[in-house]
Amino acid sequence: MITLKKLSKTFQTRTTSISAVDQANLEISQGEIFGIIGYSGAGKSTLIRMLNMLERPSSGEVILAGNNMASLRGKRLREARQEISMIFQHFNLLWSRTVAENIEFPLEIAKVPKADRQKRVKELVELVGLKGREDAYPSQLSGGQKQRVGIARALANKPKVLLCDEATSALDPKTTDSILELLTDINQKLGLTIVLITHEMHVIRKICHRVAVMEDGKIVEQGPVLDVFRTPEKKITKEFVKQVIEPEETMETIRELLGKDDGGTIVKLMFMGENAEQPVINELIRSYHVSVNILQGKVSKTRDGSYGTLFVQLEGNDDSVKEAIQYLKGQQVEAEVLEDDK
Amino acid sequence: MINNLLPNVHWDNMWEATLETLYMSIAAVILTFVLGIILGLLLYLTDKGNLWQNKPIHAITAAVVNIFRSIPFIILIILLVPFTIFLVGTMLGPNAAIPALVIGAAPFYARMVEIGLREVDKGVIEAAQSMGASQWHIIFKVLLPESMPALISGITVTSIALVSYTAMAGVIGAGGLGDLAFREGYQRSNSDVTFVATVAILIIVFIMQWIGDWMTNKTDKR
Repeated sequence: MITLKKLSKTFQTRTTSISAVDQANLEISQGEIFGIIGYSGAGKSTLIRMLNMLERPSSGEVILAGNNMASLRGKRLREARQEISMIFQHFNLLWSRTVAENIEFPLEIAKVPKADRQKRVKELVELVGLKGREDAYPSQLSGGQKQRVGIARALANKPKVLLCDEATSALDPKTTDSILELLTDINQKLGLTIVLITHEMHVIRKICHRVAVMEDGKIVEQGPVLDVFRTPEKKITKEFVKQVIEPEETMETIRELLGKDDGGTIVKLMFMGENAEQPVINELIRSYHVSVNILQGKVSKTRDGSYGTLFVQLEGNDDSVKEAIQYLKGQQVEAEVLEDDK
Repeated sequence: MINNLLPNVHWDNMWEATLETLYMSIAAVILTFVLGIILGLLLYLTDKGNLWQNKPIHAITAAVVNIFRSIPFIILIILLVPFTIFLVGTMLGPNAAIPALVIGAAPFYARMVEIGLREVDKGVIEAAQSMGASQWHIIFKVLLPESMPALISGITVTSIALVSYTAMAGVIGAGGLGDLAFREGYQRSNSDVTFVATVAILIIVFIMQWIGDWMTNKTDKR
């Protein structure tokens, strides 16, 4: 559906040139929800804006739904853009128009006859759950409702691809979840390909099939979300994965325990999919002479399976602890002994 | 009773002058609105980072606007005499005042239009582009509707300036309340005529301000 080949964008300033996106290669298939994660300044925003030519690439190719986007100009580019919709962090609604009129806007641009426009607006208002608010102005809506208008507007011309530019970054966690649910729903109902950029791993975990990690303009890692969660390779990826599975308070407690002499051995266990259901801890307590103290545990759900972490403190004599760790490593569980990094 | 207090006021003359002032003001406001928006759009669109980014055209438009904005109106009328005669065929009557009024007010209004357009969120323009909007769509469906409250409050200020310009235009024979106050009131020392003409102008100004405020509020949904 979308292919990026050696896509680069360099911004020229008076004194230097800044490489915002550097030789990005990506392949996104039809019907997929593809996430791109990175810190601000990583170039992800520039990358997504090159997909619909809001930003023109310095070099490289964007092939989207069979169109070589960079070669399109004028009318042909405008027609191609009607198949690629975009939603924005700050919603970018026209405040002078009502909800219904905002949703109608792209249909006016596409020169859809008035009667058809109104029928389509009605469908869309229902799809995004804004029935009864058609005549409200954006200033009368909450952030989540505004983004729903943004989504309805983006879907008006039945696009093939939906680009989400930090679409949930201005929303509170609860509203974020409801918008993410709506996006998943749309993806399933309409078979729409969704590309989203974000700095929140939570968003990737919740709805994406695959993810690419960007740093300094480069795509440093990519793959199915569960794989990236299980075996993050790059340092930056590990940081993002930590955001979701290791709350900051836990790490503080653990660091404190590691600092003590009698803190025991602290082990981080990671479970994937079905492994999460095996009674590993039960077996550990029964067969080895160690006492197990559970510090923190968390199960995160991704689209393709669960992913759990458990922090335990093992106490006992050195040999028993060693044996216990040996046992854990033998199971289909990843175990990592945490060291005092002081 | 009222005729005793204001012995020199001829009410039919006063009424005729009021109508002339209204005619000059309204015609000039309409033309200024159109020309000012065109100039303002040109200033905005040719500016750096906007749709028609073009340094020479921006510089020329800005220079023309600044020059006409700086010439005192009374001098502008005199400078424009040949142009007015070419356009209207005479230098007398309300119609003769209109070219000078529009050329004096439109550059002033164009700057206000430019400021109003700059207030339009760039993100909204970008959203329209991402939907495949053409430049005309962006101008007529995004830029102008989104800046409408600013355009209306701007034309309100401009129209009040235009009413006072019509009084000056009166001095060179355009008619209207200014002309009446000057000839009948000042030159013949009939201060009652000057007084009534002033009140009439004030009423016109207040009504314009009220209509402008009402329309600004009506269009502002922010």
